[in-house]
This record gives sequence, C-alpha cells and structure tokens, in this order.
Amino acid sequence: MVADIAFWLPLIILVPLLAAIGAFLFPRHSFRFAFIGTLVTAAVVFGSTGLLWQDKEVARHAVGGWGAPLGIDMVLDGLSMLMLLLTAVIGLAITSYARGYFLPKNNSSESWHQYNYFWPLWLFLWAALNALFLSGDLFNLYVTLELLGFSAVALTALVRKPAVLKAAMRYLLVSLSGSLMYLLGVVFLYAGYGTLDIALLGAVATNTPELVAAAALITVGLVMKTALFPFHFWLPPAHANAAAPVSALLSALVVKGSFYILLRVWLVALHPLADTFIPQLLSGLGMAAIIWGSLQAMRQTQLKMLVAYSTVAQLGYLFLLIPLLLRGRGDDIAPLAGIVIFLSAHALAKAAAFLSAGNLLYAVGEDRLSSLDGLTRKMPLTLAAFGVAGVSLIALPPSGGFIAKWLMLNVALEHGYWWLMIVVIGGGLMAAVYIMRVMSHLFLEARGHKSDVKPLPLCMSWPPFGLAVLAILLVFTGVLVTDMLVIGAPWLLEVAP
Amino acid sequence: MTWVNTLPLLLVLSSLVPGLIIFALKEKRHRTIRISLNVLGALLKFFWIYLIIRSLDTGLLIETRLPLLPQFDLVLRADNLSILFVILSAVLWLVTTLYAIGYLEDSPHRSRFFGFFSLCVSATMGIALAGNLLTFFIFYELLTICTYPLVVHWGTKEALHGGRTYLIYTLGGGAVLLTAIIWLHVLASSSGLSLEFAEKGVLAGSTLLAEHEAAVRLIFFMFIAALGVKTAFVPIHGWLPRAMVAPAPVSALLHAVAVVKAGAFGIVRIVYDLYGIEVAQELDLLGPLLIVACITVIVGSILALFQDDMKKRLAYSTVSQVSYIVIGVALYGPVGSTGGLIHLVNQGVMKITLFFGAGNFAKTVGVYKISKMDGIGRRMPWTMAAFTVGALGMIGVPPTAGFISKWFLGAGALDTGADWVIGVLVLSSLLNAGYFLPILYRGWFKPQQEEWPKNNQYEGRWETHKLLLIPPLITAVFVLLLGVFAGAPIGLLHWVEMIVNLEYR
Repeated sequence: MVADIAFWLPLIILVPLLAAIGAFLFPRHSFRFAFIGTLVTAAVVFGSTGLLWQDKEVARHAVGGWGAPLGIDMVLDGLSMLMLLLTAVIGLAITSYARGYFLPKNNSSESWHQYNYFWPLWLFLWAALNALFLSGDLFNLYVTLELLGFSAVALTALVRKPAVLKAAMRYLLVSLSGSLMYLLGVVFLYAGYGTLDIALLGAVATNTPELVAAAALITVGLVMKTALFPFHFWLPPAHANAAAPVSALLSALVVKGSFYILLRVWLVALHPLADTFIPQLLSGLGMAAIIWGSLQAMRQTQLKMLVAYSTVAQLGYLFLLIPLLLRGRGDDIAPLAGIVIFLSAHALAKAAAFLSAGNLLYAVGEDRLSSLDGLTRKMPLTLAAFGVAGVSLIALPPSGGFIAKWLMLNVALEHGYWWLMIVVIGGGLMAAVYIMRVMSHLFLEARGHKSDVKPLPLCMSWPPFGLAVLAILLVFTGVLVTDMLVIGAPWLLEVAP
Repeated sequence: MTWVNTLPLLLVLSSLVPGLIIFALKEKRHRTIRISLNVLGALLKFFWIYLIIRSLDTGLLIETRLPLLPQFDLVLRADNLSILFVILSAVLWLVTTLYAIGYLEDSPHRSRFFGFFSLCVSATMGIALAGNLLTFFIFYELLTICTYPLVVHWGTKEALHGGRTYLIYTLGGGAVLLTAIIWLHVLASSSGLSLEFAEKGVLAGSTLLAEHEAAVRLIFFMFIAALGVKTAFVPIHGWLPRAMVAPAPVSALLHAVAVVKAGAFGIVRIVYDLYGIEVAQELDLLGPLLIVACITVIVGSILALFQDDMKKRLAYSTVSQVSYIVIGVALYGPVGSTGGLIHLVNQGVMKITLFFGAGNFAKTVGVYKISKMDGIGRRMPWTMAAFTVGALGMIGVPPTAGFISKWFLGAGALDTGADWVIGVLVLSSLLNAGYFLPILYRGWFKPQQEEWPKNNQYEGRWETHKLLLIPPLITAVFVLLLGVFAGAPIGLLHWVEMIVNLEYR
C-alpha cells in the first residue's frame, strides 16, 4: 500500500488542507501546524516523486472510488509531478522565511493578525495549487483555480494599507473575471461534447466554431490570470505591494498555476486548433511581454516594482514556444522541456529575488534603489542571493535559465522562428541591465551611514540563497526533467487523432 | 582506465571547490585557511596536470562527459592545446594568488575577492578544456560573471562605472557568440554533423559547407566579432582601459590569462578545431582576420604612446600584444601558427610581470603616473629589474621570450608570402620601444624629482612586501627562460610544434 503511489495522491492535497484548517482553528498554534504541515507535505511530494520515477507510468486515483466521467479523478504524470516538486521546494523556503518575516516584534494586534492569518492562507493556497496540478478534468480545474485565486488575493491583502488594498481589489476583479471566462469556455465545451475530461475531449474535439469560441474564452481567462501582456496591468502593484513571502509565492507559483492549465488544455483538448492563429498570437504577446516588461523594469526606481516587472517580462518567455509545442506534440519533447525548465528556473530565481528584496527592505526599511547603497558588508548572503538569482534571470550560464533558453532557441531556430532568437537574446540583455542596476547599488561602498541596519534572523537569510543556488543547479537537470516529462507524454500521444 | 576521464573535471574543481569554501570564510579569522586552500588547490592542479600529461603520452583520450540535455553534453577534454593553456593558467594563477595575498593585506572583502579569483581560474580551466561550443560558451560567460565583482572590487563610483562598461561590452559579445553558436548548431544538426572540437576542424568535407557556405562564412565573422570583444580588437577594445580600475592583481590576471586570453584562445579554437585551418583558408576567412589583427596591433601601440597613467599604458599595450596571437593564427602556415601559439604563453608571462611591477610602484611608493617615475629604480631596484625584463620582452629584444614570438611570426609571414606583415611587426616593435624605453630611462637614469607620494616600509631588507616582490621576480625569470630555452627538448617550442603539426598534417 505504501509503495503504491495512488495511496499518496490524496495526501498531497489533504495534508496542507488539514494543516490549514488546524492553523485556522487554533491560531495560537498556527505556526506549529504550518511547520508540521510544510514538512509532511514536502515529504509526501518527495516520496511520490521517487515512486513515480520508479514506476515510470501515470498514476491515477479516483476519489471515493468514483471514476471519470462522474467522479473526481486525480492524475499524476511527469509534468504535474515536476510542478508539485517545484511548489514543495519553494514551499519549504517560504515557511522558513515567513516565520522570521511575520513573527511579531511587539504586541500590536496588527502584526499578530498578519502572523495568524498568513499560515492558514498559505497552507490553503498550497493545497489549492497541489489540487490544481493533480486535476484531470476541466471543472475540477475551475474549482482549484478559484480557490487559488481567493487565497492569493487574501494573502495580498494581509498588509492593511490603502495602496495594497487597492491593488488586491484590482487583483480580485481580474482573477474573478478570468475564472468566469474560463468557466464560460468550459460550459461551451460541455455543451458541445458532453464531457469535461481533458483526455476524452482531446479524442473527440474537432476544429469547429464552438471549439474556437470555447478556446478563445478559456485562453483569455487564463491569460488574464497569468498576466500575459497586455493583461499584466494588475500584476506589478499586487506583487510589489504584498508582503515579501507573498510576493514570492505570487510571482513564483500562483501565475504558473493558470499557465499550467493553459498548457494542459492546449496540449490536449484544444489541440485541433493548433494551426489557427491563436497559438501564434500567444507567442506574439509573449514577445511583447518580454520587451514591455523589461523596458518597464529598467526604469523602475523601487526594488520590488523592478522585480515585479521582471516577472511580467519573464512570463512572456513561457508563451514563445506554444505554436511549436503544439505543432511537434508528442514526438518532440524539447519545446515542452524548454518551457518547463524555464518555468522552474524562473520560479526559483524569482522567489529568491523577492525574498532577498524582502530582506533588504526589512533591514533598511525602504524600497528605493538608492537606499541600497553599500549594503554589501552588512548583508553579504542576501547580496549573493540576489546576484545568483539574477544570473539565472538574465539566463547567463551556468543556470537553469540558460539551459532553458538554449533549448528554446535551438527549437525556435530549427523551425525557422529566427525572430524569437532576437527577442530571447535581447530580453536577456535587458534583464542584465535591470539586474545590474540593483547590483551596482549593492556593490557600492557606502560612506559612513547604514549603522541602523536591522540584523536578519538565519531563517530569513538562508532561504533566498538556497533557492538561488537551486536555480543555478537546474543547469544539471536538463536530462532528468526531460525523462520525467516523458512519463505521461504518451498521454499526449494516445489521444492524438 | 576510467579514472583518467575524471581528470579534466578535477582540474576545474580543484579551484572551484576552494573558491566556494573561501566565500564562507571569515575575513580576518580565517586568513590561514584561506591561503592554505588557495595553495592546496594550486598544488592539486599541478598534480592533475602531471597525471594528464603522463596519460596523454600514452595516446589515451581524456575527456569528462556530462549530459546536460538530450543531445547536448558538457565535454571537458584534455588535448595538447588545452593543456598548454591549462599550464599557463595554473602557473600564473599560483603566482598571482601569492601576489594578491600581499597586495590586499588588510583590505576589506578578501573572502569575496579570493572566492571570485578562484572561480575565475576555474572558468579559465573550463575554457581551456572545453570540448564543444556549448561547454566553451558556459565557461566563457562564467568568466564574465566572476570577473565583474573583481573589477568593481574597490566599490567606488569609478569602479562601478568601469565595471558597467566591462559588462556592456562582454555581455554584448556573449549575445553575439550565443547567436552564432546556436545558428551553427541548427545548421549542423540538419546535416547530421557533430560540433565537437577536433584537430583539423570538423567542417572539412561536410555537406554543411557545400549547402550553407554563405551562412558558415557569416557565422565565422560573428564568432570573430564576439570573441574579439574579449580579445580587445580595435574598435571594440574600449572596455579594457576602463577596467583598469580593478586592483593590480586582477588586472594582471585579466591581461595575462583570464579574459583577453580567453578571447584569443577562443579564436584559436574556432579557426583550428572547429572550422579547420584549411577550410578557413579556402573560404578566405583568414585574410580579413589578419587585417583586423594588424590594425589592432598598430592602433593599440599608438594609443599606448599617449598614456601617462601606467596601467592605462599597459592596457593599450595588451590591446596590441594580444593581437600578435591572432596574427599568428591568421597566417596560413605552420611557422606563423607556431609564433602565435608561443605568444599565447609568452605574452601572458611578460604582461603579468609588467603588471606586478606597476602594482608594486603604486602600492609601495604611490606612483601611478609614468611622469612621476623618475629615479624609481634606485628606490626599488629589484622590481624595476623585473619590469625591465618584461618591457624588453615586449619590445622583442633577444634573448627574452618576446624575441622568439616575433621571430616566428616574422618567419611565418615570409613563409606564406605576406611580406607586408613584416612591416607591421617592425613598426609595432618600434612603437613598443617608443612607449617602454622612456619608462626604463626615467626609472633607471633620471634623478628623483620629488618626494614619493607615500613610502611604505616593510619589515626586513626588502624594498617592498616580500609577497609583492617574489612573484614579479619569478615571472621575469620565466621570461628569460622561455627565451633562452625555447628550443630545448621539453621546451615550449617543441610542444607548440607538436600542436601545429597536428593541424597542418
């Protein structure tokens, strides 16, 4: 039983969910629940990774014994496993970091409020993400998408300041309308084909006007939630104003959740539309996102805004290869591997960047780039974390970002998409410009002042560094990731018409 | 014998691991550990080199292969050319480390400095051993990243400005390099060609050449333009003088082994082991390369004439001297190639001596300008002597190493009928003399004009800190030995001829 992976699947969702409920019901012990919940969830995810790696085949679990099309099916293949793994690794860092960040320094009710609400919300968000990655049908995906959106908005609104509440409100509206459009698209599909199972849909769907309408709704809904240009407007204020651990979660994982659905839906259910203009349009918007996001990041004067605009840019890369991915479905894993490695590298590096930005803010108390002058002696580890994360964000070798871009560029050029080359390499150079703007402040030797730098607890200084180093080490995982993605990649093939 | 195949990796790790540990050390308390780690790494490196050379003699293929992606491996391979560069880096790294310990005594951020210093050498090892373009690119860019913190080490506004210029040039070059590499990869994969470096190149006789001749030619010039940034070809040399804000040991390393050499070595690899010298000649690629190199040699020397700042003059001298290597590569013929490869080593040893000397003048008596050097030979005779040997080497006076380089380059030019290159060499030597002899004259023969800006006294009878004095003396001796014993049975010439013969076989 223990060696059977199907036994573990419900636990991947249940453990963080139960911990969230516990933390909510017993606020005085909220951190204890979070701590144990984090460790157990991570352990369960790592364990299932091992089992999946051993079995090399897709695992399924029908909740309560009711299978598709009536009941709820959980499906675990290589792609979902990688996403779960990524979430677990970042989750460990977030829990450690947030303990130091939110731990009230005085007895104000405000800070206790934040501390006590963060833990259940964060665990809940984690459960929602895990459920999302394990869902195999469109309606479950909708439910998890809503749960994810609500917990993300609530986490953003933890900081009670007018600017933050405004950003959170806007985030809520976008998130809701995105989900609704997605739901509408799903309704269209159900009306047309009578099933919500992604794999079944892939087998029966054909290029009809209904499918195009559904695809348009689903795609727009998800793209809004993923903040692809020009729907990115809500992201920078929300990500920049949230508390640092929340910013890291939002940028590293939450936007990736809706992207993951988009990827899944297009790979199978909407695949008959692979040759229409929609994938090309997504690729074009990706290019625009890279250029616009990078230009904006280059002219920010506040650290967290800069990092947030960098997210806008980096999300663009995820969409570049979508037309090629759909075209070469099944027989060529390279585009998918490129996208997934990029996604992972960005998640790790961006979480590291936001957490180290959080450290700088925590120590200095303000967010202007110029206030960072001369912190190099005070916070070497944070400086290193930001620098190392920057290497991966710029995609300089050796880093996960580099290996992903290398793969993407090879795929792009093989298919004659030479313009992607210009955008990807140009985007890297622009990233270098905005990362270096921060680094040159950090390397500057300050004259005299900066004695009032608050010392950092270890649980805050190490997580960003660890994540940044992992972003670098991803350079060695290209083969592993590809092998993992192949598990269930026949899932891509078996439904091919 | 599989253990042999780990040797190239060990060669990289023997400075990478100490470097990473050094980052974690405390500034003051762990001085001894830091120094022992550095020395231990250097000694280990020599041991691995010894093992590699022994195995190379038996004709074994020594390579570490690590799959990074399906179809793309990280390949570290020891061949004669890579070992030549590895030995040069290992020796000069050890000497420079000793120097840096003396130079940075009591200054802040030593752990950071020595950490990145070690990473730089690891990157250089990786560049030397890279067995394909992907590996080469990874280490080439790693070198850029690791040298940046060294360039901005002092953390002044000026240093950061220099560092920014450095990054703009090198990252721009890196972008072009990546474009060229991926383009070539995609072309090659469509004709089933593997792009691993091999003697005589991999393009000869391939369908790639027949089908995409124009593209292959364009890619070559992209390679040259990209690598030319670090090689400091005129007019893309602008970063080099501005990167002079770095501490002296960094400048020494940058100019002698790390950055500019990485560029020159890359050109050697591209011409010999990727395109192949025959193919490069057939496609008429060598002519333009030769012209660029000659222009750089002359313009660099002329610019050096006008510098009063010691390190700037040395920087422009580097611009000019590194392109001798490229002249050697671009002369189609074994004699010229020999000259180029010999100069790869000789220039490193001579230039590092000069930078050590300049660093000593600055650190000990506070002299940064050539116009303030009058009479310095009396205050610091040993440093001045070492400097003199280096300078005479640069001019090409026998029996120094520089003479051997210029002799072979000249002979190579005659050999291939490019007689006008002799004119370039002669003119350049005159210019070399023009900017080095005044320094020597001021130092040795002019009386001291004014008090030294500062006058650091160190314990003992030494004219300066002994860790500052010994390294230039060692390298000055090398300059002489490389000249006098160039033709010895185990000498440099013998080795280089072995490499060259493989390319022209």
